[in-house]
Amino acid sequence: MGIPPPDSSTKPSRVLDTVTIRFCGDSGDGMQLSGGEFSRASAFAGNDLRTFPDFPAEIRAPAGTLAGVSGFQIQFSSQPVYTPGDRPDVLVAMNPAALRSNLADLRPGGTLIVNTGAFVAGNLAKAGYLANPIEDGSLDAFVVHGVDISKLTEAALHGSGLSTKEIARSKNMFALGLMLWLYQRPTEPILRHLQQRFAKKPEILAANEKVLLAGHAFGETAELFAGTYVVPPARIAPGRYRNVSGNQALAMGLIAAAKLSGLKGFLGSYPITPASDILHELSRHKNFGFTTFQAEDEIAAVSSAIGAAFGGNLGITTSSGPGIALKQEAINLAVMAELPLLVIDVQRGGPSTGLPTKTEQADLLQVLFGRNGESPLPVIAPATPSECFNAALEAVRIAVRYMTPVILLSDGSLANGQEPWKIPEIADLKPIDAPKRTKAEGFLPYERDNTTLARSWVAPGTPGLEHRIGGLEKDFLTGSVSYDPENHEKMVRVRAEKVRRVAQDYAPLEVEGPPDGRLLVVGWGSTYGAIRAAAAQLRSRGLPVSHVHLRNLNPLPMDLGGILQRFEKVVVPELNLGQLSIILRARYLVDAVGINAVKGKPLQVGDLAARIEEALS
Amino acid sequence: MSQLTRKDFQTNQEIRWCPGCGDYAILASMQKVLPELGIAREKVVFISGIGCSSRFPYYMNTYGFHTIHGRAPAIATGLKLTRPDLQVWVVTGDGDALSIGGNHLIHVLRRNVDVKILLFNNRIYGLTKGQYSPTSEAGKKAKSTPYGSIDAPFDPIRLALGAGASFVARSIDVEAAHLQGVLHRMASHRGAALVEIFQNCNVFNDGAFVTLTEKASKARSQLHLEHGKPLVFEDGKKGIRLNGLEPEIVPVGDGGVPESELLVWDEKAQPALAFLLAGMGPAFPTPIGIFRAEERAVHHELDEALQRRVTETLGDGDLEKLLGTGDTWTVP
Repeated sequence: MGIPPPDSSTKPSRVLDTVTIRFCGDSGDGMQLSGGEFSRASAFAGNDLRTFPDFPAEIRAPAGTLAGVSGFQIQFSSQPVYTPGDRPDVLVAMNPAALRSNLADLRPGGTLIVNTGAFVAGNLAKAGYLANPIEDGSLDAFVVHGVDISKLTEAALHGSGLSTKEIARSKNMFALGLMLWLYQRPTEPILRHLQQRFAKKPEILAANEKVLLAGHAFGETAELFAGTYVVPPARIAPGRYRNVSGNQALAMGLIAAAKLSGLKGFLGSYPITPASDILHELSRHKNFGFTTFQAEDEIAAVSSAIGAAFGGNLGITTSSGPGIALKQEAINLAVMAELPLLVIDVQRGGPSTGLPTKTEQADLLQVLFGRNGESPLPVIAPATPSECFNAALEAVRIAVRYMTPVILLSDGSLANGQEPWKIPEIADLKPIDAPKRTKAEGFLPYERDNTTLARSWVAPGTPGLEHRIGGLEKDFLTGSVSYDPENHEKMVRVRAEKVRRVAQDYAPLEVEGPPDGRLLVVGWGSTYGAIRAAAAQLRSRGLPVSHVHLRNLNPLPMDLGGILQRFEKVVVPELNLGQLSIILRARYLVDAVGINAVKGKPLQVGDLAARIEEALS
Repeated sequence: MSQLTRKDFQTNQEIRWCPGCGDYAILASMQKVLPELGIAREKVVFISGIGCSSRFPYYMNTYGFHTIHGRAPAIATGLKLTRPDLQVWVVTGDGDALSIGGNHLIHVLRRNVDVKILLFNNRIYGLTKGQYSPTSEAGKKAKSTPYGSIDAPFDPIRLALGAGASFVARSIDVEAAHLQGVLHRMASHRGAALVEIFQNCNVFNDGAFVTLTEKASKARSQLHLEHGKPLVFEDGKKGIRLNGLEPEIVPVGDGGVPESELLVWDEKAQPALAFLLAGMGPAFPTPIGIFRAEERAVHHELDEALQRRVTETLGDGDLEKLLGTGDTWTVP
């Protein structure tokens, strides 16, 4: 299947390089659907893209209020893009509350498309407007297109037999149709997807199609818009692509890991935002022999995964910060018992319940140091939504090779953000070696492999290898309970050394920009896109800015120390108050300077570039 | 498989329970019963939590996992779901199962996970040296309650019945024959099976069950539940009769009521009956035996059936198809 041609338009069109659009409206307005479908169309148009859904924690806050505003931002381009964009060029606001809470982000001179039908006294009051902003001149800095989307949707569905409520819920399709027209996106993939999505509700499907096409036709016929915009296809490596979110990529990665290792996959999980989608996705694929278990709580979730791992299977648990806090004691059992286990932490704003639907990177120290005793374990952090797939494979590889729990740190923006993903060829995926010991002669439960220091994995049911393990300190070889002081120190040190050796398998770090010199930006996790774009922007202005991004946070890569020494200055942007900075300072005695933000949002490229530039001077 | 013996299930570990602890008797009964089950030693797993009782796996020459406080049922659930071929025993105590692990206990029972739970109840915290437990009687004076506890105790039997357990029993550490009989029944039960074992902690709560175990008093204190048999005690001289919803003690035989008026025990009856019996109170003898044994769908079998059904509908999982799900496009 090739790229479908843009739907034809009789109006003139202008070519643009990169566009950022934000759809915003009430939680019930279907903004996530509009944004998702627009992304789908943009992918089909061949653009590179990144998305950022931003929604409230409340399922349905009172309609029309600021608390209930939900948004979806997409940046699409004919160039590679690494972030969902800083400030939107176009803001689609479905009601006054959405306008009020998003207007500050719209770039000066940007385009504003507002649903004038929702700008009635009641809604204006709920949003705290004293006067109608469309009429009082307060939007003069922008190009405002007022469209009575509510009324036009009603007109399109006149006589459809749908209820007023159902008709009102279709207006997101009008906005979507209009935007598809404005940016010459193909409607065909959207219609196809709607047909799948609403296959069981033909009347809703018909309404959505009708309103979508009405919105599209409105753009073409109304005098409002002078012309359309074209964002040409990006130059992307050949191959077959799809859009993928971090949570989807993780779920697929886990299924792939089970298959590549020949282990039975087991996910024990307890619902928590923003990790639940991984549980949902895996629950749908029982035909892969993957077992999902919704446990009674976070502790049972990780415990059941440990039980599965003890049984010789691939034990996995997924959660977010508050759940990880609950799981730590059990994770420590896996450290002590030296069992492979994968713990996925999709971080969100904290502390406590914090900001359930917002993103943050503030669990790094929790996962490194939040357990009692000396309790080292490998920590890995994918940098983009699509990287989550490989990160899942790598995490499993480390867990079974080194017989250790591994924590994978994702976050809210990776989990829900989408980007095009080149679908890997199954044949290119490396098998994961997960051997079990079956030989009874000479068996000592805690005897270790010379290279990895891993003990051997014995599945119950193996004759002649019956043995007992547990959370009490073990004898160095027999694994029997031991309170011997010398043995304890030896065991503490060997567990640490085992985890240190994980770094022997890493690929060398890649430094983007000059390999040495004035300034190195060190990042980890989802800030990758913003850092990469900001550093590139600064380099294009001739500034000496390099970037290294860490996927392995414990143990740190062996070549990191040398790289840090080659730069005069090290800055560390993080969505926390400086957690990686603390580690780098302690470990390498380097004056790492934090660039920190904890607003529940991804870093913005412009802000970041300015702060890096500041650090240069 | 050659015939295993008790010795095959003993380990070389030095047993570290206090001399005279009731745990020894339970261990001996388990080691006696296992070889009689005809199951290969490597197929048996003991999972425990934390507490004196939870040291049990170290002394059983099978696979074993001494885990963390209260979580053994959850660990056992993950094991059984992925390894239905194993026979999984959970060893726990009144603090482990009913205090810190209360949540996991009720869920393993309601799901009917095929695990066998030995709940050692000594009504005290032993390993932490003598605090009152969730089964200690109200007013219990212990290290943390020098003026007496103000908490009402849990009754493990009624808790298990309330959680929907398909097998609930009670036995006593020193009543070896009885305990072994219950263990046999548990091993053959399909689904979650829980036995509350009255276990004497001779250091911190000595004599908690003395009226049940002393020769002089046990006949009038123990009420043996036997399926299909009338409830009698004190060598058949007394029985239990139901007067509406009130149990009453009646004399049996000469000058007493005919046996036909007594409550005939039915382990498959409405759980309310078992609940009622478990709560008869101190004026009554203490029921010992199987309160409830019911056949109902087993957790891992339901999961296997579901997996089969989904696979029949969707076909075997195809990774290539999965990765390419949804809209894809090709960049030439």
